[in-house]
Amino acid sequence: MIKEYLTIEEIAGPLVLVGEVEGVKYEELVELEMPGGEVRRGRVLECRGDKALVQLFESATGINIQQTRVRFLGKGLEIGVSMDMLGRIFDGLGHPIDKGPNIIPEKRLNIAGNPINPYARDYPLEFIQTGISSIDGLNTLVRGQKLPIFSGFGLPHIELAAQIARQATVLQKVGADLCVCSDKQETEDRTSDPESSSEKFAVVFGAMGITFEDANYFITDFKRTGAIERAVLFMNLADDPAIERIATPRVALTAAEYLAFEQGMHVLVILIDMTNYCEALREISAARKEVPGRRGYPGYLYTDLSTLYERAGRIKGKNGSITLIPVLSMPEDDKTHPIPDLTGYITEGQIILDRNLYRKGCYPSINVLPSLSRLRDKGVGAGKTREDHAGLANQLFAAYARGKQAEELKVILGETALSDADKAFLRFSTGFEDRFVTQGINENRTITETLNIGWELLRLLPRQELKRVKDEYIDKYMGN
Amino acid sequence: MKQGIITKVSGPLVVAQDMAEARMADVVRVGNIGLIGEIIEIREQDASIQVYEETGGIGPGEPVTTTGEPLSVELGPGLLASIYDGIQRPLDVIWTLVGDYITRGIRTNALNREKKWAFVPTIKNGAMVTGGDILGFVQETELIKHQIMVPLGLDGEVVEIYAGEFTVIEPICKIRTKDGVGDITMMQKWPVRKPRPYKEKLVPNMPLITGQRVIDTFFPIGKGGTACAPGPFGAGKTVIQHQLAKWADAEIIIFIGCGERGNEMTDVLLEFPELIDPKSGKPLMDRTILIANTSNMPVTAREASIYTGITIAEYFRDMGYSVALMADSTSRWAEALREMSGRLEEMPGEEGYPAYLASRIAGFYERAGRVICCGSDEREGILSVIGAVSPPGGDLNDPVVQSTLKVVKVFWSLEDWLAYERHFPAINWLTSYSLYHEKIEEFMTQKITADWTEIRQNAMNLLQREGELKEIVRLVGMDAISNEDRLILETARTIREDFLHQNAFDAIDAYTSFAKQYQMLMIILDFHKIASSALKKGAKIDDVLNLPCRQEIVRMRNIPEDQLAGFDGIRERMIEQIKGLGGK
Repeated sequence: MIKEYLTIEEIAGPLVLVGEVEGVKYEELVELEMPGGEVRRGRVLECRGDKALVQLFESATGINIQQTRVRFLGKGLEIGVSMDMLGRIFDGLGHPIDKGPNIIPEKRLNIAGNPINPYARDYPLEFIQTGISSIDGLNTLVRGQKLPIFSGFGLPHIELAAQIARQATVLQKVGADLCVCSDKQETEDRTSDPESSSEKFAVVFGAMGITFEDANYFITDFKRTGAIERAVLFMNLADDPAIERIATPRVALTAAEYLAFEQGMHVLVILIDMTNYCEALREISAARKEVPGRRGYPGYLYTDLSTLYERAGRIKGKNGSITLIPVLSMPEDDKTHPIPDLTGYITEGQIILDRNLYRKGCYPSINVLPSLSRLRDKGVGAGKTREDHAGLANQLFAAYARGKQAEELKVILGETALSDADKAFLRFSTGFEDRFVTQGINENRTITETLNIGWELLRLLPRQELKRVKDEYIDKYMGN
Repeated sequence: MKQGIITKVSGPLVVAQDMAEARMADVVRVGNIGLIGEIIEIREQDASIQVYEETGGIGPGEPVTTTGEPLSVELGPGLLASIYDGIQRPLDVIWTLVGDYITRGIRTNALNREKKWAFVPTIKNGAMVTGGDILGFVQETELIKHQIMVPLGLDGEVVEIYAGEFTVIEPICKIRTKDGVGDITMMQKWPVRKPRPYKEKLVPNMPLITGQRVIDTFFPIGKGGTACAPGPFGAGKTVIQHQLAKWADAEIIIFIGCGERGNEMTDVLLEFPELIDPKSGKPLMDRTILIANTSNMPVTAREASIYTGITIAEYFRDMGYSVALMADSTSRWAEALREMSGRLEEMPGEEGYPAYLASRIAGFYERAGRVICCGSDEREGILSVIGAVSPPGGDLNDPVVQSTLKVVKVFWSLEDWLAYERHFPAINWLTSYSLYHEKIEEFMTQKITADWTEIRQNAMNLLQREGELKEIVRLVGMDAISNEDRLILETARTIREDFLHQNAFDAIDAYTSFAKQYQMLMIILDFHKIASSALKKGAKIDDVLNLPCRQEIVRMRNIPEDQLAGFDGIRERMIEQIKGLGGK
């Protein structure tokens, strides 16, 4: 028999203080029953003597000191998971909102999860082809990686995230050649029955505080391409209670862990927008009157974010994997803002969108210089992409950086001040932005196409400047 | 012992009452499931406890019992090639016990109690021994002899010593002390927060050779010294730490992954057994111990991981080994301190860090050093410490960076703009420094070359001159500077691109011996010298810069270590070609 308490003493923002309680445990799930019978949920944030401080997962509106009944359930917040989740849309706490029936859970899982034992991890090595040159060629994504997109307001991160979700495929070795293993969305290419493929894919999408229009873009795009069949969507929109966002990424990742490590699927998780999540966290911290860290964010923001991001990865002996793409908008495009800063310290690289490139009409506006994929060197090369990949990528980076320097010089001193070599690099960097970085929103380039564009661009440079690539590859791939 | 009762749970902080018998820093068992915690504050009857595991499901009313012992590590055969969490629980054992995820309340021994080790005594019955004296050894891995030492603080006569196969808890020796005869086992315990004593501390007098050109040549760390590498994310802190762990000429490597990425520890775990030690030809894992407390593991254990690591390091130092400890990253450790301090409602210092941050950091780095170990044979042991620091936004005003710079002697300034240009290691050659140049000068001039200091200084002068010239070029253009200055710019660029830049993922380039570093630098400086005298004689700068030997200089990093004679050929052709330019 679960006790009910009518002893709420204080309600402040997302926090409720309940008095005269017995046997309350830290992190325990709490139900608050409103006079009308509506049930809200929360968790125990601190227990001290006979008082429990409860943080709500839902809005505090309407909670009343005298009439709201509080129950402590003796377990953490759980969601029911099963394969039926695929193709469904849920709210930020895992309730269906697509007018479909409730799912019958195969099992219930605590959303907090447990840390993966570092010893049990398997290293991400498999190249994922996103069809986007600036990612595939230079900041390669691999299976099990966590690679965030740092964006700003008004930049095309929604489109980019949807394009990655749509196009991501894994190359498989067939004989000596690599071929595209058909993936979730390309249903039209999928002539034979999908069961024949041993690889199963899924997309888990967690939206935190994004607008209806943005959310709708994804849903429409997923429906248009048929990807919805293999997607699970958790939607916390801008007008939903901010506090619900605390649970949303955990709910999404719990679903992803089930699909990946129990059902053996390769799961791509997109969390958008992490900035809204962090702001909700700050709200709770402020309500608790904690000593704030930078910009008012709590000192444990790093630890909190890491308990989300580190849930991505691969596990030894398991087929599935979780690849995580968190999207966050940098306030004032400032990379040193605590949210992108701490994210960058946890994730294995970052993809940074650039406003200047966007103004030039360059989609996907990825600024490759500050972007980075830490796992690139493990995921590319002979047998994975192509032998020349790493060297070519280093050369493109170095040449583009030099071209950008020449561009600055030109602004200050005029074109006449540039040496012939500088001029060549300038031509290269312009061509690089126009042809390599820029591509269509539906353009899906194979890795070979991407690399070949890179080699074509390198022809604009004097050969002795190509220091980062081996001579044999220059002879083999650059031609003339 | 009397049990305490939990009165408050707030994240990793638990407060218990009726704890008057407990002592500060005692390890306690918390709650019905017996989580491991440590007492960090006592007020009258109440003890504040930091718990090393997740505290979800713990509540007021549950018991707390003290073990009466401070947080300690187990020391003995079986340490090498292990992977531990922050409080020395073996992660591989945990994996076999509970599977892929780390759950709570797991109790395991740090050292395997069943495994038998072949103990070879090196002293005789009747010998008088004192704490730190070596009784014998176990050949733990092919690379490392694990010396079994008399526990510190014990003096007496060896009554009996055995040879043969023993577990770590079986007696290998009987020693008569003034209190009677006692058994000695191979396993010892030592509290992590107490530095292991030594007889005398010495000044570092030789470099820790790392094979990384920018470090060895320009910013060397002395053996027994301290270094720090602060930098924003993406600047390559971890790659540098991995490179040092792979190539530094230390006999034992302790690698602490403190609040960092899980996949990075996996990388080390998968890669090190494959990597071969260049000196012995054995897998690097045989001399490595990993402490992995990744960012998603409990934050308090992250705080302890640094101490766990350095205590194990000191233990191997005491055997007379040269030990190198890498901590990646100390900022995460400081953040763990900050989090606990906040929960204890202490008055915050800078940026919310506790006021004792600087003294804790200093206390940690001071445990490094070249020492005369305890024991009667005056052997020398070395512990070098290299810490990565991850300041927010790469801002060096961060209190953790500033407190670290106060105590460490080498500063490798990692910069993101260098990383964007893919200049790795992204160590800024103008702002970094090393205070070991004078201390290791004697070693360098005797063992490497007599003119080492001069060469290094010449190269550094060129780099500094480049910095000034670039300013001028930016203002007035390349045409306005003299040919000599243009040559300086080009030579400095060569030093940067062909010497300082080093590819960690290239088989040959990843490690460069001192001999090769010397050759490479000499070729660049010789070219500069000969070319500038040719310029004085009237040669054209463009002709000089387009000489084919410059291409050879670009590729000299690819010369294998066993073909260093190749450098002579480059030099001959270089002299020949510059002569061919004519002039007067």
